[in-house]
Amino acid sequence: MVDFEKPELRETPVVPSIKPGVMSHLASHVAKPKIQEPLGYPGELVDNWEQAAVDKLGELKGKYRSLQVFLDSCVFCGACTDKCHYFLGSADPKNMPVARQELLRSVYRRYYTLPGKWFPKLVGARDMNREVLDEWYSYFYQCSECRRCAVFCPLGIDTAEIAMAAREIMDSVGRGQKYSNEVIGKVFKFGNNLGLAVRAVADTLASLEEDVEEETGVKVRFPLDEEGAEVLLMAPSADFFAEPHVDGLIGYGKVFHQAGISWTFSSHAAEGGNFGLFIGSYDNMRRVAVRVREAALDLGVKRIVFGECGHAWRVAYSFLNTLAGPFDFLDPRYPVPQHICEVTYDLMKRGVLKFDKSQNDHMVLTFHDSCNVARASGMGDLADGQFTIPREIIKATCNHFVEMSPSTIRGATFCCGAGGGTLTDELMEIRTRGAVPRMGALQHVTDKHGVTHMVSICAICKSQFSKIMPYFDFDAEMSMGVHQLVSNAIILDKRD
Amino acid sequence: MMVFVTGLFAFLFYAATAILLAGVASKITQYWRTPSPLKIPTTPAPKTRSAVVFRMGRELVFFETLYRSDKWTWFFGWMFHLGLFLVLARHLRYFTEPVWGWVAQLQPLGKYGAFAMVGGLIGLWARRLLVDRVRYISRPSDHLMLALLVGIAGSGLIISYITYTDIVAVKAFFLGLMRIDWGYLQTLPADIVLIAHLMLAIALMAVFPFSKLLHAPGIFFSPTLNQVDDARERRHLAPWASKLDASRKK
Ligand code: SF4
Ligand code: SF4
Repeated sequence: MVDFEKPELRETPVVPSIKPGVMSHLASHVAKPKIQEPLGYPGELVDNWEQAAVDKLGELKGKYRSLQVFLDSCVFCGACTDKCHYFLGSADPKNMPVARQELLRSVYRRYYTLPGKWFPKLVGARDMNREVLDEWYSYFYQCSECRRCAVFCPLGIDTAEIAMAAREIMDSVGRGQKYSNEVIGKVFKFGNNLGLAVRAVADTLASLEEDVEEETGVKVRFPLDEEGAEVLLMAPSADFFAEPHVDGLIGYGKVFHQAGISWTFSSHAAEGGNFGLFIGSYDNMRRVAVRVREAALDLGVKRIVFGECGHAWRVAYSFLNTLAGPFDFLDPRYPVPQHICEVTYDLMKRGVLKFDKSQNDHMVLTFHDSCNVARASGMGDLADGQFTIPREIIKATCNHFVEMSPSTIRGATFCCGAGGGTLTDELMEIRTRGAVPRMGALQHVTDKHGVTHMVSICAICKSQFSKIMPYFDFDAEMSMGVHQLVSNAIILDKRD
Repeated sequence: MMVFVTGLFAFLFYAATAILLAGVASKITQYWRTPSPLKIPTTPAPKTRSAVVFRMGRELVFFETLYRSDKWTWFFGWMFHLGLFLVLARHLRYFTEPVWGWVAQLQPLGKYGAFAMVGGLIGLWARRLLVDRVRYISRPSDHLMLALLVGIAGSGLIISYITYTDIVAVKAFFLGLMRIDWGYLQTLPADIVLIAHLMLAIALMAVFPFSKLLHAPGIFFSPTLNQVDDARERRHLAPWASKLDASRKK
């Protein structure tokens, strides 16, 4: 595991004194040309990349109002400085949101504002050079684009927008991140983030059917590419095989089975996730999203439902209509797209689903709000549906549920530590440090209320927790999904 | 001598006003023209336009987010801005004859405005110097901006409470200035504190469009705050993005 002084876990994090440079050694692996090119980016740093980067910044700020306004509006009040989990866990001041923004803003100022041209020292303006690029590459990939800073900034400045722009600039001059860009390339080639071939997906689903039938005696189906199904299910591909994800997938299947809703996966779009978001690339995000449209049209479905994945749900809820709409060919009675929790909640309210809560009696549960669900999307008709709906499902499926500290949940939730393209091994140190605030809140409820499991609705959260929890002396199995609880508690009718 | 100073100030005021208006107008035009290709409100976000206006209103009047975020910064920041509002409102009487009713009514309160400004500024400056995180992010220009504002508010306080300038003459100067005709220009009183006060105010106006003071128009254009959360109901498309639809196979 990683090697750093393990911080004390507190219910709410202690704000550390700054320690400049603590994380400057960390950088994710750089993408090779063969990973860059399928995404439309140069394989290596282009000639005159400094100017190219400055030009790209100019182009982006002309295309995104958020970027232009955020670059101008910061008052350096410092309200965001203690809000980022990566700062709280590392004490590196460049992980304070405003300082992270400043990495890009200093360059903006130098080339696009008068004071920056005339008095660079006075206003903190910097030339675009190698040192700046390396710093960008290090620290803009130490941001999970979780938007916690944004909900605490009086001007609504979202560091995620700045990080995305910086990543897009770097990509466009030939400096990409291996992890995110490789994943996007796999979607173009295989239809999913993991690079699973159609056969492998089909085999997994077939063996799932067998397992579930063996366990429950009920023939729950997990169909792939079934034309004419009512629902196209877009699950994160981790759900096909990773633990604990797959148990959630079984839960989705059981819900559809019990409700008598026909559904299918698509091999063309066997991926709910969309890493185009992480690298701030409208183009790549759109290319991935359009596959969902194509799959829905090819299969002739009536509804699109997304599985448990935070950033996938952000792209689905907030962007899918923009990127790949209009979806006028789908059933207008349902929102496009829907979250699996919305589907389950609705069926539960209508009495279609019945649960035996005692099946989850061996656990005491708490809920980790995933950042992209909490701060970048919604659910249902109510403004805070993304908080209430998953909780209502949890409460309907178990008897023991407790909340973590209010300052660490709902809109103020702390990132798991690995969102936004940071779920890669070489970033393990910052992932672990970034998990400190969440682990502290969890420690408190395990001590006080005997919490045994933490539920989330995000594939990245689940993977991250399973991986880093042992470092904090928690059991890796403590992390689970909402539909895993549903799967345990749902009462299935014995019919085909 | 004061005739020369008056002429100089008249010129500087015209220049600073032109820079302020043109600068801010061009920034606003830039923000206005730049599309927001994606829906990015920080959620839970309002689902209707009127609810957005309400959200914005709370931000503008109470600094709601800042209150949740950092109580001290909120306290000093809000105090400063409230003071600034009162002082600006109070200053309207130098530009209007007869003085508008609500401006006249605000006079008693307005007198405290400058104290609130200075108090708030000192609090904010103290944070900038004492909190290591805020010190780290502060640039020389952030300190200069505070100095400038403290200078303006401080010199204003000195004029109102200690040196008492010839306020009638000052008003005559501004009323003359507003007629944009040298013939009407009235001489400014020979008062060094007043001259300093005006000089600093001119500097503030001139740097406004090039500084972080742009947060004032900026907040209205902040997509995280001003967007309606209705992405699933209405297709949101920027002009440059809508062109991409054509390249779609399906
Ligand atoms: S809270 Fe917003 S305005 Fe204040 S320093 Fe942070 S980004 Fe800038
Ligand atoms: S978006 Fe999240 S990770 Fe990035 S700076 Fe803000 S709080 Fe930190």
